[in-house]
Amino acid sequence: MANGAAAVAEKTFYEEGTSSRKGILGWLLSTDHKRIGLLYLGAVGSFFIVGVILGILMRLELIAPGKTIMEPQTYNAVFTLHGVIMIFLFIIPGIPAVFGNFFLPLQLGAKDVAFPRLNLLSWYIYIIGAILVLISLVLPGGPLDTGWTFYIPYSVRTGANVSLAIFAAFVLGFSSILTGLNFITTVHRMRAPGMGFFKMPLFVWATYATAWIQVIATPIIGITILLVILERVFGVGIFDPALGGDPILYQHLFWIYSHPAVYIMILPAMGVVSEIIPTFARRTIFGYKAIAISSLAIAFVGYLVWAHHMFVSGLSDTSAMIFSLLTFIVALPSGVKIFNWVATMYKGSIDPKPPFIWVMVFIFLFSIGGLTGLVLGSLATDVHLHDTYFVVAHFHYVMFGGTGTIFFAALFYWYPKMFGKMYSIKWANIAAALFFVAFNALYFPKFIMGYMGMPRRYYDYLPEFADLQLISTIGSWLMGITMIIIFWNLIHALLKGPKSKENPWGGVTLEWHTSSPPPLENFHVIPTVTHEPYDFSQLKEMKNYESD
Amino acid sequence: MSQTDHAHAAESHGHIHRDDIGSKMGMWLFLFTELLLFGGMFLIYAVYRYQYPDQFHIAGMELDTGIGTLNTIILLTSSLTVALSIAALQRKNKFLSVVLLLITIVLAFSFMINKYFEWGVKFEHGLYPGSETLLGKPNGEILFFGLYFIMTGLHGLHVVIGIIFLSIILAMIIKDKITFDNYVKLENSGLYWHLVDLIWIFLFPLFYLIQ
Repeated sequence: MANGAAAVAEKTFYEEGTSSRKGILGWLLSTDHKRIGLLYLGAVGSFFIVGVILGILMRLELIAPGKTIMEPQTYNAVFTLHGVIMIFLFIIPGIPAVFGNFFLPLQLGAKDVAFPRLNLLSWYIYIIGAILVLISLVLPGGPLDTGWTFYIPYSVRTGANVSLAIFAAFVLGFSSILTGLNFITTVHRMRAPGMGFFKMPLFVWATYATAWIQVIATPIIGITILLVILERVFGVGIFDPALGGDPILYQHLFWIYSHPAVYIMILPAMGVVSEIIPTFARRTIFGYKAIAISSLAIAFVGYLVWAHHMFVSGLSDTSAMIFSLLTFIVALPSGVKIFNWVATMYKGSIDPKPPFIWVMVFIFLFSIGGLTGLVLGSLATDVHLHDTYFVVAHFHYVMFGGTGTIFFAALFYWYPKMFGKMYSIKWANIAAALFFVAFNALYFPKFIMGYMGMPRRYYDYLPEFADLQLISTIGSWLMGITMIIIFWNLIHALLKGPKSKENPWGGVTLEWHTSSPPPLENFHVIPTVTHEPYDFSQLKEMKNYESD
Repeated sequence: MSQTDHAHAAESHGHIHRDDIGSKMGMWLFLFTELLLFGGMFLIYAVYRYQYPDQFHIAGMELDTGIGTLNTIILLTSSLTVALSIAALQRKNKFLSVVLLLITIVLAFSFMINKYFEWGVKFEHGLYPGSETLLGKPNGEILFFGLYFIMTGLHGLHVVIGIIFLSIILAMIIKDKITFDNYVKLENSGLYWHLVDLIWIFLFPLFYLIQ
């Protein structure tokens, strides 16, 4: 592209939009991937706060045995809603839709994604899905109370508003598919000159693998959800044993999507880690190809393990053993990543800024989550631990301790690039430390309770669990305080924070080669890629980096 | 995309650039998701056919092979006309392209009309999910008709969406928004229409022929 000659005014994407409209419409009708990324950030962040509040209410109910603040039916609705919001509205779109949208084109050296209008449409579909969830709460029948897995037969028989709520999940899936196919096409068609597949930053690789899962897995949940709705409305009988159907079939179809979906949630986070560690260790990533390929390997093997959610639902021993073995195999590519990250730090010149500290928190929490996953993947132990708090703890260690932690790491890492402002480093570090303490207080007792036999989703519990439940609830308060500190720090920085340097961390991937915040079409001149993605010798040539 | 294309697109469209190969890639990915959507249904069909082979056989006899064959011919012909419509536009024959696309849409409508009568007869005989007649039958037949209505219904929904898309494309060709040197939208709609056809080619034998 030879448009470098045309002098471009030094305007950021905040000052210049894709349409001539000003103000709020300039955002709501913008096809600029950066504005859409920020629209997602606003929506996803708001739902995250709602999810956190619901979680804190649940913990408050469980502070003592018996009724504390809500009725059992309300409790059922609250834990369902917490799950639905956190999974469908926060974790699945979280990193891909917010940071993927904002940084995928930047890291590829492109002006935008392949289908900018489709991208905006995806955001609207996401919002429509979210609104449908909200409407289902207030309609007669009452809020969804099935848990986020919508298991048959309860989801067909309950009087709650299941149809509309799960139709919302169908709509959200559509948004996810469109984002996925947009990103795949972008990676194939929009790479800057010189950027081969093996010169792409690892966040791009991870987002690419994620996009494939979004495209391949999501239709299955789509059709499954439609079948549940048809079952409720017409009583077709596909999942109803009285008419010859099979409720276990529902579990298979549900997990064929929902297990790969946990990789939709974690892979982009792993991509962000692969960006942050080299930048703060000032060392090229160790095992670039191994990390890139392991993302695809996780995406592939992740399809073949769904039945490990169903070990106690009457699966034959042979298939249970095969699924258990395959489950262990997924740990291999994950281990490849962890070891490569740690090896990258070895002999590096580590600069422990907040994003790096958040990544350290991630490695610790995610390792616990991953290893307890193996406990659940083993047949004998799973029979004991199935549907107990142990599963809840494992899930929160990988999802919140994994993806959630990295969502914050990514925010702290790219904040100066996205907003051109700098937050308080001190408070970001305090938040990370407090997060670590709060997280373990909140979720570690659940491993112990689960091991002792506390079932998940129960409204009440035996007196011997009281102490651990109390510790967990106190952890939830600390977590609430941590969230307030994080949001206050970031919002304060946005309003009153100092202007950030162009390249505060000394990053070398393409997004750091343009100004902060970037201009409308990202680069004044489309860059030609000559270096490996994490070649820090470039820093000397980069004008925008001043070392402290 | 070639350099000249790129430069041309950058001048005329500003922010949104044109990449025909990219557009088709996106469409193929979308079709892939459609295949998986129906794939779930085909899987369920296979499971229950295996479980109730005799009752599926008896229930299958109820379906009208004649009307199914007629609809197969209609859809296959419409797939041909949409392909010819693309070829006509590539050869700068806008009139022929419009006529062929119009024929495609008419054929799609006649498919839906046949479907309406076919379903209507089933309703008259009381063969629909939840009806007393059907609930009096053995489980395999209940599931057969459940699957029949869901799968042909989902397919019919895709035909309707196809009619809407093809009509929009038709209007765009008439208004010269789609021309002989910028016809990727027509091509993509054609791809979608072939998929609708392809899925029917699998539905037809599974429900109407293998009894």
